[in-house]
Amino acid sequence: MAATDIARQVGEGCRTLSLAGHVGFDSLPDQLVNKSISQGFCFNILCVGETGLGKSTLMDTLFNTKFEGEPATHTQPGVQLRSTRYDLQESNVRLKLTIVSTVGFGDQINKEDSYKPIVEFIDAQFEAYLQEELKIRRVLHTYHDSRIHACLYFIAPTGHSLKSLDLVTMKKLDSKVNIIPIIAKSDAISKSELTKFKIKITSELVSNGVQIYQFPTDDESVAEINGTMNGHLPFAVIGSTEELKIGNKMMKARQYPWGTVQVENEAHCDFVKLREMLIRVNMEDLREQTHTRHYELYRRCKLEEMGFKDTDPDSKPFSLQETYEAKRNEFLGELQKKEEEMRQMFVQRVKEKEAELKEAEKELHEKFDRLKKLHQDEKKKLEDKKKSLDDEVNAFKQRKAAAELLQSQGSQAGGSQTLKRDKEKK
Amino acid sequence: AGLPETRTDTAMSELVPEPRPKPAVPMKPVSINSNLLGYIGIDTIIEQMRKKTMKTGFDFNIMVVGQSGLGKSTLVNTLFKSQVSRKATSWNREEKIPKTVEIKAIGHVIEEGGVKMKLTVIDTPGFGDQINNENCHSWEPIEKYINEQYEKFLKEEVNIARKKRIPDTRVHCCLYFISPTGHSLRPLDVEFMKHLSKVVNIIPVIAKADTMTLEEKSEFKQRVRKELEVNGIEFYPQKEFDEDLEDKTENDKIRQESMPFAVVGSDKEYQVNGKRVLGRKTPWGIIEVENLNHCEFALLRDFVIRTHLQDLKEVTHNIHYETYRAKRLNDNGGLPPGEGLLGTVLPPVPATPCPTAE
Repeated sequence: MAATDIARQVGEGCRTLSLAGHVGFDSLPDQLVNKSISQGFCFNILCVGETGLGKSTLMDTLFNTKFEGEPATHTQPGVQLRSTRYDLQESNVRLKLTIVSTVGFGDQINKEDSYKPIVEFIDAQFEAYLQEELKIRRVLHTYHDSRIHACLYFIAPTGHSLKSLDLVTMKKLDSKVNIIPIIAKSDAISKSELTKFKIKITSELVSNGVQIYQFPTDDESVAEINGTMNGHLPFAVIGSTEELKIGNKMMKARQYPWGTVQVENEAHCDFVKLREMLIRVNMEDLREQTHTRHYELYRRCKLEEMGFKDTDPDSKPFSLQETYEAKRNEFLGELQKKEEEMRQMFVQRVKEKEAELKEAEKELHEKFDRLKKLHQDEKKKLEDKKKSLDDEVNAFKQRKAAAELLQSQGSQAGGSQTLKRDKEKK
Repeated sequence: AGLPETRTDTAMSELVPEPRPKPAVPMKPVSINSNLLGYIGIDTIIEQMRKKTMKTGFDFNIMVVGQSGLGKSTLVNTLFKSQVSRKATSWNREEKIPKTVEIKAIGHVIEEGGVKMKLTVIDTPGFGDQINNENCHSWEPIEKYINEQYEKFLKEEVNIARKKRIPDTRVHCCLYFISPTGHSLRPLDVEFMKHLSKVVNIIPVIAKADTMTLEEKSEFKQRVRKELEVNGIEFYPQKEFDEDLEDKTENDKIRQESMPFAVVGSDKEYQVNGKRVLGRKTPWGIIEVENLNHCEFALLRDFVIRTHLQDLKEVTHNIHYETYRAKRLNDNGGLPPGEGLLGTVLPPVPATPCPTAE
């Protein structure tokens, strides 16, 4: 709680007591910090800027390593975001650093929707956190925070003013993320032009209502330096990973025929200021602002969008249960409706199938009848034939019988004759 | 062998620079050693974080449970070296013994070394004093109070427009006072700790330890430890929440040797060997509260305040509170874990305290 909160509580009947000896809870910040050390810290930076403004080089210079990745081309069909994760360690502090860079920003002919993928990406990280927070079984204390803590906006060193793309994009981003505008490749601008350029930029930002990140001035120990730095925004930076020997020291620098630009020389550029502000003084504040301001805003909007309210129009606080009961009834009602629909559809289908089957049955009956009739016809025909055959057979038998009779009569007569003949022969 | 060792980047991962010693003045790179020019300044986040937490201050809520006369208030006052707890005046025989346990929470703000702490001591007068100490008279009111604090926090957390810092009234630590009978735990002790160790961090302490000799103390502690184990009472620091090997070895030592702490409390000072010490004066000598040879108060104090205070809060927040929340949200319909809050319902607060997890 801030001092005001404590004062209020004292007024509420909470006494401030003085201690009679050393208790030992002054080690509490150390206990808290030690826990964080063992878990490691997350820090996520988003670099927004046109292709070729030196985003990757600046990240390399800031974090003193060579991050992987080849430079992007200018022929990207749309704006994309490339995200890479690194684990850095210094003394006993582990930093889980994620650097997200735009690819193809400002390269398209129609730049109206260029800001959209960026906004969507930032929202997606908030959404992921919100989903985790709303889970029933959640593990927030080990959740890898992917929300963007700082957005470095790279301004092209034209020396005139901000481009309309810059203004539009920054306006869309300022309520979602901490924006730190920087002038990239500032070795292209002379000192005098630079001052004019900075003034122009700040006035344009102000007149367009763009909220950039202000370094906090409420803590006395850093109020002064932060206040001064606020006046130096936007920082004019130069990035370089090449080390050249200057005097008797190795320094990061860029060599030109007319001289050498030293990255860490405050007279040459604001790189040192950026590093101070971004990392050494305000990293924790950036994380806190993201969580308590930008994320809360997102959460509030999202929940309100889904129909949850804290108070009704008469500003009487809705009981939580009522809101949820209403939502639940609505949900159940929908479920019931769906169930009814499905039941209807099922009944319909059954009817159709039944009709089909009846048709088929009828057909089968008809076929059966037809076959039966055919059968009978055939049978009748056969019987007729059989009958006629029988008749013929009978007739034949009769004739045969008659013929045999004749034959037997004839043979008797002839037989007696044969016998006579035989007798005569003898 | 005679060649100087050259630091090659291929010897270690490209992405993890060798940890560099923190320079005394991080602002200007001054040294000739090019290593220091490579100093980024990531480790300053520790300092940044520390400053922020000092500004916001801390909450700590400690509950003391035990029968009357075991020296609870005195111990708390000794722990925090101030009159945070008003000692119960001996009650008049004519006053009625309260039918149930009362819950009294008193908050104070204390400051030390720039660190502001809002300390709330929750006293439970009447615990164990009734004739019939069954559920509704003894630990149910306490369990109800603890769950109410979780409920309060949960309600704040699910608000659409939330406060920047939700006031934390949840009980972070419950000191349970065991009577120094020398024999074993009482059934009431076992029942209480069994139920409540599932919703809050319980630290058992043996009160008024100056009534036992060293041997009696050591035997009693062993017996108590055994009984706690047999009854499945997981007191703080719970075995299952040890995060890494380091924690485990440290906590194992505390669990198996030191706990339960046998303590003596006092807010009176006496002169011993030229120093002023907190102690109890008896005809046979002065018991020094902070002397490790006399009692284990100093161990308890270091444990609760100097090393594990933040951990007590974290276990309460990450585990006990989450268990309560999950149960609350699951109570109606048995939704599978992992389902979102939206689209489900928070059931109305049950009239009786939530059933503790089996």
